[in-house]
Amino acid sequence: MTETATDAVRPPEAAAPLLELRAVNKSFGAVHVLRDVHLAAYAGQVTALVGDNGAGKSTLIKCIGGIHPIDSGEYLFDGKPVTVHGPRDASHLGIEIVYQDLALCDNLDIVQNMFLGRERTNGIVLDESSMERMAADTLAGLKVRTVKSIRQHVASLSGGQRQTVAIAKAVLWNSRIVILDEPTAALGVAQTRQVLDLVRRLADQGLAVVLISHNLNDVFEVADRISALYLGQVAAEVETSAVTHGQVVELITTGRSDGVADARPTGTEVGTEVGTA
Amino acid sequence: MSTQTKPAPEAGTTTPGAETGVREFVQDYVDRVRGGDVGALPAILGVIVLCIVFTSLNSVFFSAGNFANLLVQGAAITVIAMGLVFVLLLGEIDLSAGFASGVCAAVLATLMTEQNYPWYVSTAAAVATGVAIGLLLGTIVARVGIPSFVVTLAAFLAFQGTVLIIIGAGGNVPIRNSVILSLANKNVAPTLGWVLWALGIAAFAGLLLVSAARRRSRGLVAPPLSVVGLRIGAVLVLSGLAVYVLNQERSRNAAVVSLRGVPIVVPVILVLLIVLTFVLARTAYGRHVYAVGGNAEAARRAGINVARIRTSVFVVGSTLAAIGGIIAASRANSVDPNAGGSNTLLYAVGAAVIGGTSLFGGKGKVRDAILGGAVIAVIDNGMGLLGYSAGVKFIVTGIVLLLAASVDAISRRRATATGRV
Repeated sequence: MTETATDAVRPPEAAAPLLELRAVNKSFGAVHVLRDVHLAAYAGQVTALVGDNGAGKSTLIKCIGGIHPIDSGEYLFDGKPVTVHGPRDASHLGIEIVYQDLALCDNLDIVQNMFLGRERTNGIVLDESSMERMAADTLAGLKVRTVKSIRQHVASLSGGQRQTVAIAKAVLWNSRIVILDEPTAALGVAQTRQVLDLVRRLADQGLAVVLISHNLNDVFEVADRISALYLGQVAAEVETSAVTHGQVVELITTGRSDGVADARPTGTEVGTEVGTA
Repeated sequence: MSTQTKPAPEAGTTTPGAETGVREFVQDYVDRVRGGDVGALPAILGVIVLCIVFTSLNSVFFSAGNFANLLVQGAAITVIAMGLVFVLLLGEIDLSAGFASGVCAAVLATLMTEQNYPWYVSTAAAVATGVAIGLLLGTIVARVGIPSFVVTLAAFLAFQGTVLIIIGAGGNVPIRNSVILSLANKNVAPTLGWVLWALGIAAFAGLLLVSAARRRSRGLVAPPLSVVGLRIGAVLVLSGLAVYVLNQERSRNAAVVSLRGVPIVVPVILVLLIVLTFVLARTAYGRHVYAVGGNAEAARRAGINVARIRTSVFVVGSTLAAIGGIIAASRANSVDPNAGGSNTLLYAVGAAVIGGTSLFGGKGKVRDAILGGAVIAVIDNGMGLLGYSAGVKFIVTGIVLLLAASVDAISRRRATATGRV
């Protein structure tokens, strides 16, 4: 866990975003998936990314994660422009993405999954006890108390526990920004509760969290800010407290809503607001 | 956290000293088995039941001489099966392993007997042939993306032809080198056998105790000393018994030729077992093999080079097939055009699966090859002693393999049923 951001909640105007995308475009062949997209994520805050199916949410996070290269636009991390060519680059920056399908190996235990691909070794021998120690400390730091043993196979975990492991895996690496793709989509009420608490705790520990969700109840519960995507364009970037449920639904379904004050940076800095449909 | 399903202590840590009792460990094991993680249990039970049945039907079965025979008979198949465990762990199959072992044996015999190269050069060439075969097959499977079933089926046919061409139809290349011949035909001197046994036990005990102590000092869950002691004791007694029995005179006419000691292949197989188990269980490479077998997409996202892992398991498979081929050649004293043919491959795959390696990938250990190899060798040997024909032996082995695959499938279903709570 990083201690980079100490203030739990900072107004976006006062701080520079940890991650900012400006005027990002992405096409797959003739399909223009992202059009001049702007996205900002702040340390210590949960930024919700909402939008209907096909709005471009998944493509956007894959661009952030380096799985898809962006066609044009700026990718700023910590205020500095960076290029991300692959998942490795992204994790070097401290960006971790928890995909919806979690990508856990059922035949490995919790510790093995958390360190997968980044095992700690003594020479060529795996350093099991130090990995187990670190994994236990990370889970304890996230106040996860629902797993019986961290040496149990992931196959034996419940949906919420699997989500927890995936999130813990993401924060194990001194990550600074965690992107969660629909973390509560397949969960029951109690487990959703668990995961949302965890999401809030991540932000409170100073991480920037981007939460992708279809569930507006979840969004309104944990998010500080909401970015709405509509057909590959940003319909609005607003603070959660400034909008109502209904307005967000309108943004998602029609791309516009009367009375929504757009909190996007405007003016010369981002010259991308032109050309919205 | 506002909602907790279980008020468990902090994840992973337990009370200081981690004095979990034997009872809990046994309970944990029982839970795992009932949850579908049966491990080596069916194979061990199988060997015990088969031994009891054959001993009761024919007293020769349980003699020192037959025990040594059994080990040597099963050796080549067991070694090939060890390599196949790696391939099966990825959910792939290598149908060509049998004839690959034949090709490597043919290379060995031709170089040694016809070209008069020293045994170590010939052996190195045979093993290198195995590596090359594995690289070729693995690269085709991993980079071109043809299913391994098809690639290795093609290789099965091609290698059969290769052996035929190298040896010549109806031909037979004898092996006369004493070093290679001793591999499957000679024994370790009884005293040396005991020395090796003592060293092995000491190393095993030391490793278990040190790792348990290290875990305890870090405040992690460690097996209780009594369980560690029990494991060491069991290995000590069983292996000591085996060495003792094998050190008995088993020659029918001891005055003419003395037959005592552990067959040389046994320590060879044990070294392979230790090295390969270490690779799978204690290195990052081994961890990645399991990961790719469990969820290739997760492994890819974790930054693991999936294609390289996929290629590498075929290299391991074919290399061990080469060693298996050398052992088989040593036992047969020669290499003929059918080397590595007939039931070699099917027995080897059967051994791995009977031992508990899953055909679906992600689950298996190197020791499975030895346990499964033992089951197959016991059936083959025991039914032979009882005078059954090869036909009956094949049918019984087939049924046992089917049983093992059913155990795998059922335990898998059980694991998924109990897995997602």
